[in-house]
Amino acid sequence: MTEAAARKARIMAVTSGKGGVGKTFVAANLAAALARLGERVLVLDADLGLANLDVVLNLFPKITLHDVFTGRCALDEAILPAPGGFSVLLAGSGMVEYSRMTPELREQLQQVVAEVATRFDRVLLDTGAGISDVVLYTVSLADEVLVVATPEPTSITDAYATVKVLAVTQGRRELRLLVNQVRRAGEGRSVHAQLQQVLDRYVVPTLDERLRLDLLGEVPVDSAVRDAVQRRELLLQAMPGAAASQALVGVATRLSDAAS
Amino acid sequence: MQQPQATPPPAAPPLLLEQALQLLAHSGRPAPSGEAGSTPWLQELIDALVDLSSRDALTGLANRRSFELALAREVDRVARSGEPALLLMLDIDHFKRVNDRFGHAAGDAVLRSVATALVDSVRPMDLVARVGGEEFAIILPNCAAAFGATVAERVRRRVERSPVMAGPAGTAVDVTISIGGAFAPQWVRSTPALWVERADQQLYRAKALGRNLVQLEEGAASLVSSEERQALFDTHPGFEGQDD
Repeated sequence: MTEAAARKARIMAVTSGKGGVGKTFVAANLAAALARLGERVLVLDADLGLANLDVVLNLFPKITLHDVFTGRCALDEAILPAPGGFSVLLAGSGMVEYSRMTPELREQLQQVVAEVATRFDRVLLDTGAGISDVVLYTVSLADEVLVVATPEPTSITDAYATVKVLAVTQGRRELRLLVNQVRRAGEGRSVHAQLQQVLDRYVVPTLDERLRLDLLGEVPVDSAVRDAVQRRELLLQAMPGAAASQALVGVATRLSDAAS
Repeated sequence: MQQPQATPPPAAPPLLLEQALQLLAHSGRPAPSGEAGSTPWLQELIDALVDLSSRDALTGLANRRSFELALAREVDRVARSGEPALLLMLDIDHFKRVNDRFGHAAGDAVLRSVATALVDSVRPMDLVARVGGEEFAIILPNCAAAFGATVAERVRRRVERSPVMAGPAGTAVDVTISIGGAFAPQWVRSTPALWVERADQQLYRAKALGRNLVQLEEGAASLVSSEERQALFDTHPGFEGQDD
């Protein structure tokens, strides 16, 4: 085996608990920012039942993960270039049959992730909303976890629940947090502090071990985001100078530095 | 086998409309108002037929068809919104005995009385359905895990305390129900069938444990206790002066 083939991507699950916090938006734009830093990045749309990465990127894929799972197509054919210089593996919408975990699906997902890990520097797994068995399994395939939250109370509660479940069921002791849609600078820090404090008080005692939530960064509320999403464009491409774009580039830089 | 002959186009529409009007009249609904055959008249007729076809004829509750629709919607909603929802499956205890002993008319009276008791013991937003012979179901959207047992117990007691005057010479028949319940836990995407299965399992437990009981699935309660929730927000600086 050559050195290049043996190299393994860092696999990061992007998850959120609740839907509608911009998880897919973050995954796509983070991928574009990482690609700019020279990484070969693949985003795998693991929201199998209700995929929307294709919508965010305005792609109309003919070949999806579904075709790979059913053996109709090779994995290579399903890996598509996305605007922004990264690659995607799309689930295709309406794969309702994948909303429940089966042993077959488990194996197929695991194989696909193992396979792409040899071809990229970084793989982002964009998980579905919710803490379903499919989501938990997808996250279990990742080296690290990025929890996306907004400062909304329901989102904070969901992020807390997600971290708690992953700490308890998967033995995760270090997770990353990105606070999206902050309304003032530093709001991400206070959300993070609050989460860490409650985790220390209620979850850590049940683990007998430290549990660290790393604040990877915050992304401000920015009208440019809504415009880009509505036009189905990557924010980083449509408005690279926007505050949210710059914040995402900062997040990518920290991630990239941490990896090297 | 030979293909059946294509059926000829339906006979004159007025004939079917006549049947529709008869169905409405039979169910005690008023005929549509306005000029017969006009668009508003037809719309009213369709609305009434939709209502008719989503209800159980005997009790007036949602029927199995609309229950399944509502359940699928609720599963989607829960997964996106993170609001917990409770599904209760209910079954009248020893219903066959009522039928055998007092006759089918008494059985029907019991079904109607239970239906009323169920509707009276939940919120207007909750969907009460008759899903089978003596089987009922209630979908309670946005029902916090902490309240599930209280609500289910209230439903059970309400039925227990509503005797049905359906015995011989108008005597009271005691009616009780067994209840099984399962939450679609917050943020967990499930399937309608799986959800019903889980609630049904609890119903079997309630029956096995002696009937006239409530059994709720354990462990599916919220991942976040109310104490933790409070700790998350009590001192959160982000929620004061957020609109600055």
